[in-house]
Amino acid sequence: MYKMIEAVINGIKVEVKEGTTILEAAKKVQIKIPTLCKHQDLPPSAACGLCIVKIKGSNKMFRACCTPLEEKMEIVTNDPDIVAVRRTVLELILSNHPNDCLTCARNNNCELQKLAADFGISEEHFKKFLRQIPKDSSTGVIELQPEKCILCGRCIYVCQQDQDVWALSFLERGMGTRISPAGDINMGESPCVKCGQCSAHCPTGAIVEKDDTERVWAALRDSEKHCVVQIAPAVRVAIGEAFGVTGANFTNKLYALFRRMGFKAVFDTNFAADVCIMEEASEFVERFAHKKGPLPLITSCCPAWVDFMEKFHPDMIEHFSSTKSPHEILGTLTKTYYTEKHNIDPKKIFGVSIMPCTAKKYEITRSGEMFASGLQDIDVVITTRELARMIKQSGIDFLNLPDEECDHMLGDYTGAGVIFGATGGVMEAALRTAYHFVTGKEAEKVEFKTTRGLKGVKESEINIAGTKVRIAVAHGLSHVEEVINKIREAKKKGEELPYHFVEVMACPGGCVGGGGQPYMVCDELRKERTAAIYQDDDDRVLRVSHKNPYVKRLYADYIGNPLGDKAHKLFHTEYKSRPQYTR
Amino acid sequence: METKNLDADLERIVKKWKDKKGSLIMILHGMQNLYGYVPRETALKLSQTLDVPLARIYEVITFYNYFKLEPPGKHNISVCLGTACYLKGAADLIDEVKKLLEINEGETTKDGLFHLDVVRCLGCCGLAPVMMIDEKVYGKVQRKQIAEILQNYH
Repeated sequence: MYKMIEAVINGIKVEVKEGTTILEAAKKVQIKIPTLCKHQDLPPSAACGLCIVKIKGSNKMFRACCTPLEEKMEIVTNDPDIVAVRRTVLELILSNHPNDCLTCARNNNCELQKLAADFGISEEHFKKFLRQIPKDSSTGVIELQPEKCILCGRCIYVCQQDQDVWALSFLERGMGTRISPAGDINMGESPCVKCGQCSAHCPTGAIVEKDDTERVWAALRDSEKHCVVQIAPAVRVAIGEAFGVTGANFTNKLYALFRRMGFKAVFDTNFAADVCIMEEASEFVERFAHKKGPLPLITSCCPAWVDFMEKFHPDMIEHFSSTKSPHEILGTLTKTYYTEKHNIDPKKIFGVSIMPCTAKKYEITRSGEMFASGLQDIDVVITTRELARMIKQSGIDFLNLPDEECDHMLGDYTGAGVIFGATGGVMEAALRTAYHFVTGKEAEKVEFKTTRGLKGVKESEINIAGTKVRIAVAHGLSHVEEVINKIREAKKKGEELPYHFVEVMACPGGCVGGGGQPYMVCDELRKERTAAIYQDDDDRVLRVSHKNPYVKRLYADYIGNPLGDKAHKLFHTEYKSRPQYTR
Repeated sequence: METKNLDADLERIVKKWKDKKGSLIMILHGMQNLYGYVPRETALKLSQTLDVPLARIYEVITFYNYFKLEPPGKHNISVCLGTACYLKGAADLIDEVKKLLEINEGETTKDGLFHLDVVRCLGCCGLAPVMMIDEKVYGKVQRKQIAEILQNYH
């Protein structure tokens, strides 16, 4: 049992669990203490010094983010002294930060800018000292502008601790401190897996996704182009946040939006997720029931995870599902199946994927198989954040749009397709169909709930027709090592494998917590986004991929059998070991 | 360069410290003492041997002034920027050295002849502004003398 403590903040009595910080305790009694380095998703780093408060009996000021409340403490969070110190701290940070807000990617969406406005900063009292460090766009996905960095350390924490990638670090100290990969090489030469968690947690414009919106607008303006679009499952449940609505599913308004923006066809990545399951569940059954190929099978639809595996765990390549990710499958189908059925020149197709993910920008050219249609299968990827900017530029009143349907042939989806957006979803969707493939029957209950939730590693045993299937679901790359090590250990000792099937998503929470999603993510938001996804699944009549009528038609008319020759050519890929550092 | 020795030296130092607490910094010290800098090959190798991310190693070697990333020059120039030297115009001296040798603080000239460090106190404030080249101290240096001083080193 935990102990409760009582204290007083600004004259208001507060009772909290022992160990609660002053910052958290103040929130409970509607007191906001300004913070800059503290992110609700991360532990405090006490870097910025904005959250200082006074504690009665001490002549020092304390940082509320990292000072636990103690019994009978009397706290003042706001008086003229405190405000004066906070202003000075903020002005010092600003003296180190360029004034190019109007042309910055974070304009109007920046935590530093907001604080400057809240504090009514109207003059600069300190001499400007700007660090001249060049911009780094070498990944083609994430852009680093260290001169805009306020050294809060959030990106370093997510890159090193949450993701275990260690691409980013602080170099030097004092005035010379800067964010950089080891030894001032560029990001493209570092182990960066492009997950984008750094960009999703950065308070300023120091780390942002590469903006590809202008390429989309240009294609939409080009009358020679036939623009098609698809949205990933996690986008529809997060885009509302950019317009002040959380936890709502905007699927049908997004379809309407895309038509108004000028897309000729509106598809859905969820359809391709159903196709992905046809292939991946078949792969699993081949390996599990027919003993063809090594177990466990490991999912591969997360490109940051693929990059991580190729760099850090290349001995796992043989375990990887060769099925491409859903948006790549859809891209290939757009430039083959769709164009053939509609008699369109595939060269005229401009395929746009709207993803919760920054790594998808990397994935579209990661290997030769991403050109399976003979052209680059997906022309451009934009993130949820970029889509939000495009909506604002479009002059469309998004929240009040009427609902519309997608183009069914590559758009209709089952409940299994949509749950790809949450951690455990791919596993659950695959189990639903694998059950059918193994037994020839339908599972009585389609839910496999042990795959769900935000626990870092979820292990369980599933019963398929009397056979036990051992599964593991991991999300957040720092949780992968534990799972991989168990597999490695068992292989080395020749023991029975700990798992038959493993799902990994690089981002905490899966794609709902993706690096391209709206800012200020935390577990509460991840849960809300996830709940909206499972609600969509729950509401669907069809909840297993193999029953999707448009998927059935695709296989009957065009592909043949899962894992067949044509499926292999269009839907599968290969992996190779890649160096962590190229310099 | 002397890659073979690098590997052997590193192995020897690693062996000494591997299982002890604080081994990373002691091993880095060992390499710095031996080579006058920590070569990138060494950092990469060490990262694998100790299973410590390369980023962490660079956090350490860039945090402490003691560690250098570049091979030292044949002659090491230290210009003092302690209080007395600072007041007597040491900044001008640094400026002049940088201009003449086309290097910044902490850098080595392309031909490897000179390395420039800015240091705090050399312990002879009465002679401010002071600079040192290798073991020789130059006191009350004027900007215009620097070119001549440098000419004595080959």
